[in-house]
Amino acid sequence: MTDNSNDPVRTIGSTEELLAYSLAMETEAVDRFNDLAEQMEVHHNYEVADLFRKLAKIEGLHIDNVNRAAEGKELPNLLAWEYEWRGGESPEGGLMEQAHYLMQPWHAIELAMHGEMRAAAFYRHVAETAIDEDVLKMALELVAEEDEHVALLQKWQERFPKPAEGWDEDLDPPAMLE
Amino acid sequence: MNNETLVVQLQPKEYKSAVKPVWCPGCGDFGVLGSITKALAGLKVPTENAAIISGIGCSSRMPTYLSTYGFHGVHGRALALATGLKTARPDLTVIATGGDGDGFSIGGNHFLHTCRRNPDMTYIVMDNQVYGMTKGQASPTTEPNWQRGKLTPAGTGINPFQPLAIALASGANFIARCSSSDSNGTARILMQAIRHPGFSMVQVLSPCVTFRPEQREWKNMLIPAPVAMQATSDPAEAARLLLTDEGIYTGILYVGDRPVYQPKLESSIDNIAEFEEEFRI
Repeated sequence: MTDNSNDPVRTIGSTEELLAYSLAMETEAVDRFNDLAEQMEVHHNYEVADLFRKLAKIEGLHIDNVNRAAEGKELPNLLAWEYEWRGGESPEGGLMEQAHYLMQPWHAIELAMHGEMRAAAFYRHVAETAIDEDVLKMALELVAEEDEHVALLQKWQERFPKPAEGWDEDLDPPAMLE
Repeated sequence: MNNETLVVQLQPKEYKSAVKPVWCPGCGDFGVLGSITKALAGLKVPTENAAIISGIGCSSRMPTYLSTYGFHGVHGRALALATGLKTARPDLTVIATGGDGDGFSIGGNHFLHTCRRNPDMTYIVMDNQVYGMTKGQASPTTEPNWQRGKLTPAGTGINPFQPLAIALASGANFIARCSSSDSNGTARILMQAIRHPGFSMVQVLSPCVTFRPEQREWKNMLIPAPVAMQATSDPAEAARLLLTDEGIYTGILYVGDRPVYQPKLESSIDNIAEFEEEFRI
């Protein structure tokens, strides 16, 4: 799959702006995992649904962290499309089209890991282009945090075997459930 | 009486109903559902002032998943229903939703004449170039050489319908193409489509990951139209773009200023009084 880089289009100029981007990213991640959990529940794939719920909870803790860091600061109030993600989607918000009703825990973690890696790449880009010392410092902290998440997810994924080729074959694909 | 309405700013998720979508995971229609909720929230439309009208098909289930008023109508008739509603209730924000089969095959004639009539409403077509609900047959927008449909194993050999070029030729007042994978960008365009007076036609390329899994690649193929080509008000320029871009440009591709269709409504209260008078014993 091609990764359309989700770097912001322009340089992030303040820690407030960086926290706003961070908050938007984590909020989209929570929404995405909850949506995926619902989708799996509808299709009776409860094991993967539970896993997505756990991932949503973990992302919710990240929101708490960002909110703590933002205490006493006034963050810019941007509408969803005013965030200048390259490609339009936040790093942790994409890849919904990779979901499948037969997907297994391994795939769910792979999908989550992809989001975390894109988040790390986003913060790395912010650090590389920062002109403000505080933005640089915060971005590097966030890179370290996201790298840590990737490592944890890698460990988690090792508990599940990689599904064999053809895992998504279904001789009677779904019609709409009425 | 104070006519001022207190506008409460709702969050996008408050425009979702409690019904969980039954679309296949990975379906592009989830992204479009998110875009509609973001656009309505962005425009601060109260849920009781919006109506989502649809026909039949996977994407036509949209009204069920929204907390606005809705009408899940009959196959291909979403635009006829929506036009009637908008004519009777011009104060409502009316949005018709559906797919390429519903809108361009059985609903094809309604599509032409709604563009021509130009009522003030928005039509969102989730185009996946296949009939998904009935398990994967070729639709009006399917490529002629698509050979994975069980009814057309050698391809249809038929020229695909060009919805945006036809919308332009028929008189649509606002024409845009979006990608369901860019939910935020689509929301921004929907806001402009809803705001623009007249009939707004928005084609959202929305992959069917079950019967057209190759469409997952659309997100890497679609590109924003060059700025100079966006939002032209010159129909000839828009036609040139729409007939030559091979369906890959996204953005607002035409913005017209034709007069809106809105017949003058007579006071229904007077009519009812007259009606009652006729039946007085």
